[in-house]
Amino acid sequence: MKGFPAAARETLRDSQLRRNVGKATTTIRAKREHAVGEVPDWEALRDAGSAIKERAMATLPEQLERLEASVTRAGGVVHWARDGAEANRIVARIAHDHGAREVIKVKSLATDEIGMNDALAAEGIEAIETDLAELIIQLAHEHSSHILVPAIHKNRAEIRALFERTIAKGQHLGWEASDIAEAARRHLREKFLTVQVATSGANFGIAETGTICVVESEGNGRMCTTLPEVLVTVMGIEKILPEWRDLEVFLQLLPRSSTAERMNPYTSLWTGVREGDGPREFHLILLDNGRTDVLRDEVGRQALHCIRCSACLNVCPVYTRVGGQAYESVYPGPIGAILTPPLRGLDQAPTLPWASSLCGACYEVCPVKIDIPSVLIHLRARVVKEEKSRTSPEHLAMDAIGRVFASPQRFERAQRLARLGRGPLGRLGGSIPLLSGWTAMRELPDFPDQTFRDWWRERRAG
Amino acid sequence: MRAALFITCFNDTLFPGTGKAVVELLERLGVQIEFPEAQTCCGQWHTNSGYADDGDALVERFKRVFDGYEAVVSPSASCVAHLRGHGVDRVFELTEFLVDVLGVEDVGAVYPHRVAYHSTCHSLRLLKIGDRPLRLLRAVQGLDLVELEDAAECCGFGGVFAVKNADTSMAMLSDKLRHVLDTGAEVCTSADNSCLMHIGGALKRQRTGVRTVHLAEILAARE
Repeated sequence: MKGFPAAARETLRDSQLRRNVGKATTTIRAKREHAVGEVPDWEALRDAGSAIKERAMATLPEQLERLEASVTRAGGVVHWARDGAEANRIVARIAHDHGAREVIKVKSLATDEIGMNDALAAEGIEAIETDLAELIIQLAHEHSSHILVPAIHKNRAEIRALFERTIAKGQHLGWEASDIAEAARRHLREKFLTVQVATSGANFGIAETGTICVVESEGNGRMCTTLPEVLVTVMGIEKILPEWRDLEVFLQLLPRSSTAERMNPYTSLWTGVREGDGPREFHLILLDNGRTDVLRDEVGRQALHCIRCSACLNVCPVYTRVGGQAYESVYPGPIGAILTPPLRGLDQAPTLPWASSLCGACYEVCPVKIDIPSVLIHLRARVVKEEKSRTSPEHLAMDAIGRVFASPQRFERAQRLARLGRGPLGRLGGSIPLLSGWTAMRELPDFPDQTFRDWWRERRAG
Repeated sequence: MRAALFITCFNDTLFPGTGKAVVELLERLGVQIEFPEAQTCCGQWHTNSGYADDGDALVERFKRVFDGYEAVVSPSASCVAHLRGHGVDRVFELTEFLVDVLGVEDVGAVYPHRVAYHSTCHSLRLLKIGDRPLRLLRAVQGLDLVELEDAAECCGFGGVFAVKNADTSMAMLSDKLRHVLDTGAEVCTSADNSCLMHIGGALKRQRTGVRTVHLAEILAARE
């Protein structure tokens, strides 16, 4: 891990990436605003979404047991996985049981989070991405840079060249998006018809009925959930919804927030197995992988309400400049900055809570009203308390500045010293290493001859 | 009407001219201004840097210093937002105080320049001051108000962000500068000197000839 500042420095250098991400997010942003603007009760929907998620998290153990019972009743098999390694072992075992050398995948963040593709490869099983953008990333041996549009950092010409090197070797593809997509379609069709095991994530899992829901735009996910004999779903435990009727709220919130569509194109729902229709075997793996740790943090736990719409990425002035790779996580952008550190452990991603100017644009668009700026500030405090030494230069400086602000006499003395470039306040302007980033592009203001309070006193005396 | 001025540590030290302008403007409008000299910082710096306990202590200190004042006015949207977020009421950002408390939009200012208004994130999304600054600016005689493209987008300051993530901050600032320069404005203004220091520092470095001026100084200006 490089940490956010260094990783961002690298991605910022890639001008093509910056252009691609900036252009794509600007388009999605405008469309989302329009789609949301059409709904008169949008704010009430956000409140409802937030309340449902809050209830689900407050009663999580009970809801998970309900889900287990209802899935089992419908003929599915439920597995519990404490971490990614355990989940991967279960998927590999199921694939081996069916003699599968290949599995087809529905686009899924949970399986990316646990590195399922690599884990299966180590077991001699190839995981084939079927979402177009995920396929592009897989072929390019890269990591996703956006929750919804993993290849957002690539433009059409780059994708065309990639396909001509890989799945359409020796062919000359046209320049139209449809020509390029056709190459992927031909490649994937064959896989849909021959591979017998599929894996998926879950957008929602409904405790009441045992129904799993996957929301996608291409129909490739639908192919995976219906054609193979065996379907294995890896679901983060926070994806649970208590009741069937809860789904209605999210099927309105999610499409408008993510793809700016009024209704989602392919919404797949399945409940266990059914004779003569769809897979004959269904496995549901309930994945913890750090989620109960996040749940323990009363302020930070709202990150678990996320429905992965990516609206916060598209409006974030940081994300739209640096792209997803700078976050070094499956979860980029503002939501990633509050989800990755507690999921992985604060010591594993200590710079992410600072990867924000706290502008608040994310909170404004979040369909389930996650107060991302507040959680960022909360996590900063946790990093300082739990990870930073009390004798680090920053800690000592902040302590000193705290003492200055605790007394107006000390504050005035510091102001006078600052004008001479000394003392706790003056060093901020004077000590260049700290501010080299600032002065690279900006002048520092001159210290005025008189502070405001000096002027005030003089005026009163005068 | 009496009101206490919370100048903020930052303006007190670096931008006393803004404080003078607030005093002149409000006295002109008949407000009796007091300045409790025990005031220092609202605590935002510490809180947003991860030193929440120190930040909370400074909010408590603020409450003690300004206890008993019916209204507190401040020329910093960001500091007011921080205080309000920590349960302090009766603290008004300058444009809120003018429009909501005093009920004026035309403050009798004259400022014959082309001006672009940068709506800072905290004034827009935390305080939700909306178009109050614009209404005040439109009433200024001689002022040619021009609109920034992507006006609601962050300039990249973000306090500690500009230091810890200097490269990203600069990328954001570059886009904001382009929008400011595109308007052909001579002056870029806002309700916060922190964002203006960041934008103005770059305008100065690039020798653009465009300057930054706090809103209070425009509203205080006379012929």
